[in-house]
Amino acid sequence: MKSVSLLLALGLGAAVIAAAACGGNPAPQNTTPAVDTAAENQRMRDSIAAAQAERERQEREAADRAARQREADAAAGRASEEVRNTLASMIHFDYDKSNIRSDDMGTLDQKVAILQANPELRIRIGGHCDERGSDEYNLALGNRRAQSAKQYLVSHGIDASRIETQSWGEEKPLVDGHDESAWSQNRRDEFEITGGGDNLKHP
Amino acid sequence: MVARDLDYSDRFEVITLPGGDSIRLAGTTGPRRASAGGTAAPRGGTQGSLNYPLYQALGADFALDITAAGDTTLATLHDIAGAGIRRTLRVRLPRSSDPDFRQAVHRLADQALQAAIGTPGIAATRILFVKDGKVYQIDQDGADQKLVSSSDRKAMSPAWASDGRHFAYMEFQAGKGWLYLQEMGGGKRTAVSTTGSALDFTPAFSPDGQTLAFSRATEEGTDVYTINIKDNCCLRRLTVGRFSDNLSPTFSPDGQRIAFVSTRPGLPQIYVMAADGTDQQLFAPFDYGVTGASNAPEWSPDGQSVAFHRDVAGTLQVFVLDVRTRTVRQLTSVGRNEDPTWAPDSRHLAFVSDRSGYRQLWIIDLDTGRIRPLLQQSGARLPAWSPRLSEATSSTP
Repeated sequence: MKSVSLLLALGLGAAVIAAAACGGNPAPQNTTPAVDTAAENQRMRDSIAAAQAERERQEREAADRAARQREADAAAGRASEEVRNTLASMIHFDYDKSNIRSDDMGTLDQKVAILQANPELRIRIGGHCDERGSDEYNLALGNRRAQSAKQYLVSHGIDASRIETQSWGEEKPLVDGHDESAWSQNRRDEFEITGGGDNLKHP
Repeated sequence: MVARDLDYSDRFEVITLPGGDSIRLAGTTGPRRASAGGTAAPRGGTQGSLNYPLYQALGADFALDITAAGDTTLATLHDIAGAGIRRTLRVRLPRSSDPDFRQAVHRLADQALQAAIGTPGIAATRILFVKDGKVYQIDQDGADQKLVSSSDRKAMSPAWASDGRHFAYMEFQAGKGWLYLQEMGGGKRTAVSTTGSALDFTPAFSPDGQTLAFSRATEEGTDVYTINIKDNCCLRRLTVGRFSDNLSPTFSPDGQRIAFVSTRPGLPQIYVMAADGTDQQLFAPFDYGVTGASNAPEWSPDGQSVAFHRDVAGTLQVFVLDVRTRTVRQLTSVGRNEDPTWAPDSRHLAFVSDRSGYRQLWIIDLDTGRIRPLLQQSGARLPAWSPRLSEATSSTP
């Protein structure tokens, strides 16, 4: 019986070692055979690795999702920026005239489409003149020019309350210079966003 | 200064006499000639007598002798042909360091002119103008330029009240226009009520100072309005343009009529209406399809003329409309000339011209055609000539 008790003692020793290998878990199963303990250890090691792998997979996926989102956001931002630029493109006028030139109607049609695709969007139109006309009369002419563009947008279905107008006369030239190339650029309407300009949608 | 004032009146040819440190002048617009002695001019004989045959030989009609006696200045105007004293003006001039000194001397020159030819001069006047978005004043002889507007906003279109003590102007910001009234000197300014919600511009006082006419640009276009500035009430719309703009009002000196610009013929031309907005009609004739845009009218203080500028071959020239005959005559042809404003004698106009290479203020005498620069600075525009600026001065006949 003495040898049996020794075996038992050895067995206990193995159990203690196994318990220690379990990562400090105070193993309650003192009576578990040594072979079973080793298998259990292996299972635990396997499950830890699996959990780690799963966690890594999830992290990868999250990163991928974020990257995709970033890309999408950037694309939307680019689109919004494009829309914004289209909206801001100026129209021009002949000397002392306030009628919309036929070559500017397409530019205004694009603005109509943008305003229709973005119902929250509100804009302000600023009318400008060149330095050739009379200083004070140009305030009235700039007002006419802003009104002409507004009239065009309204007649194409845009609610008038979404469009403000301003006249700048000849007080804010875009280009300095005293020749026709400067004057023709200064006779213009500018368009700016006053509200609802975030995440603009393409028409 | 007096000599220059008499010269700038364009009614005399100034004769410079030799001898001493005196300034002598005489003039020829037609028969009139004048000669003026400077302060403490050496002179044969006692005060009150003059070597009339000598002055007669020089061709002078008048001689002005100015002497200082204590704190009083005596200006004696001699009638050469009559060989006697026409008038003695006794004036207490402030010290030369006093800010009113120059104006006091100008007023003395105006009195001398009045004594000589019976017409008041324009020496004691100032001109408001805009430069770099600010309103400045300058004496009519080009001296004493001073900043008078106090805002950081861009100022435009100064206009005098007929009492010479107030002016109105427009402040421009972010495409909107506000009208302000400001006291001369003190600088206290008051916003004209109801303005600023739209684009309000080109203010003009009625002669009685009760009403301000102005242009207002709205979604309906630009139209002429009036407001009672005495009680700050009673906004009235005088024109209903619909498809045309109406702007730049200017009152006749009797307050009965308003000349203004209207685009109803397709491009801006000079129109007139009764001060209540009725009876609107073309004022300055033009050839349809030939005559260029006409703008910036200002009614002369004597009521007989309206000055304006008109596009001639792609540049602007100053014109004058004869109110009675409704005929126009072109005054300028060199360079670009615009925004004329009348001196109180209805004979001189200040205007903006680039004839010297850059835009500055010039003065033209309509009778002689003589033109002189007022200001040697680039960028001055929108001048407004004051009425006669009177202060208490004593004179004895």
